Amino acid sequence: MTAKREALTAFSDVFTVFSMVLMAAIGFVIMIGAKDPAFAFHGFLFLAGGIAGGIFVLSHSFGKGDWHGSADEYLDGPSKVATLMAVFWGIAGFLVGLVLALQLAFPMLNFDLPWISFGRLRPLHTSAVIFAFGGNVLLATSFYVVQRTCHTRIAGRWAPWFVVLAFQLFIAIAGTGYLLGITQGKEYAEPEWYADLFLTVIWVVYLLVFLGTLIKRKEPHIYVANWFYLAFIVTVAMLHLVNNAPIPVSFLAPKSYIVYSGVQDAMTQWWYGHNAVGFFLTAGFLGIMYYFVPKRAERPVYSYRLSIVHFWTLIFLYIWAGPHHLHYTALPDWAQTLGMTFSIMLWMPSWGGMINGLMTLSGAWDKLRTDPVIRLLVVSVAFYGMSTFEGPVMSIKAVNSLSHYTDWTIGHVHSGALGWVAMVSFGAIYCLVPWLWGRRGLYSMRLVEWHFWLSTLGILLYITAMWVSGITQGLMWRAYDKLGFLQYSFIETVEAMKPYYMIRAVGGLLFLLGALIMAYNIWRTVRGDESADIAEQPKIAAAPGLRLSPAE
Amino acid sequence: MKHEFFEKNSILLLVGILVMVSIGGLVQIAPLFWVDSTIEKVKGMRPYTPLEQAGRDIYVREGCYNCHSQMVRTLRDEVERYGHYSLAAESMYDHPFQWGSKRTGPDLARIGGKYSDQWQREHLINPRSVVPESIMPGYPWLAKKLEASDIVDKMKTLKLVGVPYSEEMIEKAKADLAAQVQSEGRAVRDLLKRYPKAKVGKFDGKADAEPTELDALIAYLQMLGTLVDFATFDASGPNLR
Repeated sequence: MTAKREALTAFSDVFTVFSMVLMAAIGFVIMIGAKDPAFAFHGFLFLAGGIAGGIFVLSHSFGKGDWHGSADEYLDGPSKVATLMAVFWGIAGFLVGLVLALQLAFPMLNFDLPWISFGRLRPLHTSAVIFAFGGNVLLATSFYVVQRTCHTRIAGRWAPWFVVLAFQLFIAIAGTGYLLGITQGKEYAEPEWYADLFLTVIWVVYLLVFLGTLIKRKEPHIYVANWFYLAFIVTVAMLHLVNNAPIPVSFLAPKSYIVYSGVQDAMTQWWYGHNAVGFFLTAGFLGIMYYFVPKRAERPVYSYRLSIVHFWTLIFLYIWAGPHHLHYTALPDWAQTLGMTFSIMLWMPSWGGMINGLMTLSGAWDKLRTDPVIRLLVVSVAFYGMSTFEGPVMSIKAVNSLSHYTDWTIGHVHSGALGWVAMVSFGAIYCLVPWLWGRRGLYSMRLVEWHFWLSTLGILLYITAMWVSGITQGLMWRAYDKLGFLQYSFIETVEAMKPYYMIRAVGGLLFLLGALIMAYNIWRTVRGDESADIAEQPKIAAAPGLRLSPAE
Repeated sequence: MKHEFFEKNSILLLVGILVMVSIGGLVQIAPLFWVDSTIEKVKGMRPYTPLEQAGRDIYVREGCYNCHSQMVRTLRDEVERYGHYSLAAESMYDHPFQWGSKRTGPDLARIGGKYSDQWQREHLINPRSVVPESIMPGYPWLAKKLEASDIVDKMKTLKLVGVPYSEEMIEKAKADLAAQVQSEGRAVRDLLKRYPKAKVGKFDGKADAEPTELDALIAYLQMLGTLVDFATFDASGPNLR
């Protein structure tokens, strides 16, 4: 080790310990000073996180460098943690979703308790599945992919660990906050000012780690998956900073007021909200598609040129789509029209990307029959195509006048979130686990088959129920009787939803069962167990070092 | 131009991305802050009373926006069901906006005055006692005393982000908060001078002087959509789109 390198390592250790002490100190001040017990609890979480982090860094630093592995190896620990946390948060999020679905069918399940009433639980569901499940999948895969495609170890000594571990703490703070009544009241941006600030720090470090790895790459070209990951990271930073501009009532109180109001707040919020879909749930997961589909199919990406066109048009057009959430509202018409126009144009790059993903299977379509992991990946891209067609249709003002405020929107979101995001995540997790833990394959492919079919059936039940309930309710709201009066009272339209809410809950239950099977399968794979079907698994299922020597 | 330009230089790729994703937001969001016709100039809008604002904070805390919109769209059936379509001006003091995105329950933009205080009270405590088919959760825990020691700080913060609270309004915040659950007296007259059209009374039906969370939330619900007088409002008036 050179002297310069040693100095840098020591600086990194000291800086990290200092940051942990600072975090613990801030947590301590909040814990002691806050009047609101929920905020004091969050202060305690910061304090505990800072102390635990500080002790860990101290006991693995200053000459005790072995733990980090050698500088010419990939660093996969953070990806392993994020993969396992993705499974954990995924199941938590799906479970809360099922509870919410049942609460809508059977309202007594709110139990008259504040912490689990629908209005507080629903943000927990959306944040848990989008940011906790989806976010951990993105962290795990982006750290894995950027190292392999740049042929270099990830940048930073403690930074990748900080990103992954601090992100879990952020989720715990945000999630418990909702249940205790701490919220900004902006959809998908509910965390309060202090959690927002914490996330900003995490995200800046994430960007630096990712960009730093790109900069020190040993490949001349930046691989297409990394374009999408980079766009996801930097755009989410922009969205988060602009939409979450709050002034705290006091630095020792969780409550804040957002600087925007009314129509400007609405536009900013849905610029953020739709691009949380566009960049968190689309660009990031397209990065996954561009690495894992070709890798698993053992075929090159269908078209390099299409990748370029797909990337630039997608990121340029997506950012305009927000106002389609505000059709016929008090938002000026010009903004609504722009939102609709760009949403319809967005259909083209979306399908360009779908075609690029699907056609990558050219010459390898038979794998759909034999490898359920690739089937998960391919079906996810098919769902991506379906929901990116449905989206532009729903953004047309005439359609939106019917669909908006109804369950159709909920169905649309879930065809994207379950069909595309979760399925592509499952596919990536099933690839990653044997690769990360050095196994010859998954514990059981049969269980992947079960997971695939349970999820697919669950999704179909879910979205068809929501189509019917949404369109039914939309039509009932605007129905007139012979005399020209509105035909239905609002509560009659609520009553009509009940059977569909029950079907939806069944769909959600199937989806949850599939995820539980995945958790079992992954647990056994991580433990190193192998089932009878290990011999039938494709060679690519094994960790890179184990692929050359076939099973005896 | 060859794509290598971006593909071989991470900083250029980053800058390229930033330029591409900035344009849409700049075009759609920025003008809303300086184009005059975005928010109509209408008579009647005023900041929330301290009790209404406290009620609004409870509305946000409980996540009511997850199931209720506050935005009547410019569609015939909505105007007939809920009342005049919502104006941008009607949410100009809303930090954050609560237009919502889903109507599991009905729109609340004009719920003010539609039901009695007693109905609102019973409905919040146990929705199915007044609407048997309702799927709304009950909110019995709102019957507790309103914690409002920070109302002055809240109003100062709101003033900082643009709500036109006067010095007097902030100074008298605590008196106004208590006055709104009285039915008459000097304090009530002062409150109504500062906040015209505010509803006063024992919203939660209890005789005690201390406002409860139920008082605050009902005070907020009962004023929603009532400030602009649509008998005299002229949609084709000056400065309207």
